[in-house]
Amino acid sequence: MTLPRPAQQALDAFAACPGWEQRARLLMQWGERLAPLSEEDKQEVNRVSGCESQVWLVGEIQESRWQFRATSDARLIRGLLAVLLARVDGLSAAELDALDLADWFNQLGLARQLSPSRSNGLNAVLQRMRELVAG
Amino acid sequence: MPLNSPWRTDFPGIQALDAEGQTYLDSAATAQKPQAMLDSLLGYYASGAANVHRAQHLPGERATRAFEASRGKVAQWLNAASSEEIIFTRGTTESLNLLAYGLEPLFAAGDEIVVSALEHHANLLPWQQLALRRGLKLVIMPLDSCGQIDLAQAATLISPRTRLLAVSQLSNVLGRWQPVRELIALAQAQGALSVVDGAQGVLHGRHDVQALGCDFYACSSHKLYGPDGVGLLYGRGTALAQLRHWQFGGEMVLEADYQHARFRPAPLGFEAGTPAISSVIALGASLDYLAGLDQAAVIGHEAALHARLLAGLSARDGIQLIGEPQVALASFTVAEVHSADLAHLLTEQGIAVRAGHHCAMPLLKSLGLPGAIRVSLGLYNDGADLTRFFVALDKALELLR
Repeated sequence: MTLPRPAQQALDAFAACPGWEQRARLLMQWGERLAPLSEEDKQEVNRVSGCESQVWLVGEIQESRWQFRATSDARLIRGLLAVLLARVDGLSAAELDALDLADWFNQLGLARQLSPSRSNGLNAVLQRMRELVAG
Repeated sequence: MPLNSPWRTDFPGIQALDAEGQTYLDSAATAQKPQAMLDSLLGYYASGAANVHRAQHLPGERATRAFEASRGKVAQWLNAASSEEIIFTRGTTESLNLLAYGLEPLFAAGDEIVVSALEHHANLLPWQQLALRRGLKLVIMPLDSCGQIDLAQAATLISPRTRLLAVSQLSNVLGRWQPVRELIALAQAQGALSVVDGAQGVLHGRHDVQALGCDFYACSSHKLYGPDGVGLLYGRGTALAQLRHWQFGGEMVLEADYQHARFRPAPLGFEAGTPAISSVIALGASLDYLAGLDQAAVIGHEAALHARLLAGLSARDGIQLIGEPQVALASFTVAEVHSADLAHLLTEQGIAVRAGHHCAMPLLKSLGLPGAIRVSLGLYNDGADLTRFFVALDKALELLR
């Protein structure tokens, strides 16, 4: 399956990143590209609990394709959300279901950000995404 | 100036982490273990495991003797009047839950339990839930600006309605010794029971439970350079006698038939089921190891490290210490920088510190903080660990600002 264009961009950019500093800088740059969420979107119902930082996730289905928007008050989490959204945006529920997101972060060299530690937010975000998709 | 820990080589875990490029500054969460403890753990299993307090056979007797010898060492470590005053649990949290259930019948609606604003969840939630079960009032003692329980206000809050005081000796966020002796005296004057949470305090200096005058003292082995899965609960003999049994099964029973049973007194009556035998025995080895160190040298080393930590933090712009820590740890935030981002970049550089709410959510909320970074020290840390931390901190802040 061919990658969505933003995902391919992320892969190219992160694959070219030799060290943690460049990766961190890149993550923060990607984080700045997230579409802003309105104050209305930042309601408790859209807040993903289980994150050390605040994360909000909104998912909408349009013509059987999922569109997600997300943000966080922490910059690196925003970057992680951006590369996550780059991979999942516009997929159908079935495609989302079949997607190995751990493998995605692995390919980006960000696998450790999926640590099972409870203070780590990204797993909670993935779980919320699955809940939204499962309806 | 080098600040080397003469005990670092006694800890294979700290050296293994070192070799992996990891600087361990999270001992307030759990401590690394001395070789002596690892030898004891392996030795117990390698020489033949057996259950305790149940069997006549040789392996059983050997295990029971070693297990009970550890109880004696703990009693000595805390200066309890007798080893009968030491109950083994799974951790500080279980010790405090044991008390909250075991003392429940002593409370009536309207009674008050007094805790402080700095309690971590283990010394808050069991009392909070007991208060909810029994219709009690949970009274919170406020802190002063240094992060110390305000004694003047405490004196007005501890009243004739107070039935129990539960307070931490040393906060895991603020790193400040609390005036527990004075608070216990206030509680005693009102006829209230007193519980000291020694989870952090127990490993920084020796504490004498009889001199403290508390009825109960709870702590964990894993922070005291011992194995995890073991907690300690000291109870003064007369206080233990007031405890109702709370978990049932195994050798805690004296006599059982189908409809009724009678139970043993403390300590065995409060150690239902098979305990963490190997861990209890190995804790004894950790205590032997610690007892063999020059206590003044350990305290001096930790104080020098702590001073260097505080000096390094205060030398940097925008860093806000939480409270005025005196020992072992420092928690801080950085203006305009999210703690989660900072933690992320410290992790990238192999610095193991804690970030978040440190299981003390109400405290951080009351300070208006979503989270903080905590650097905590053990006796095996040295100046080079702090140097690496500060280099990483500067690098992280350079990226984030």
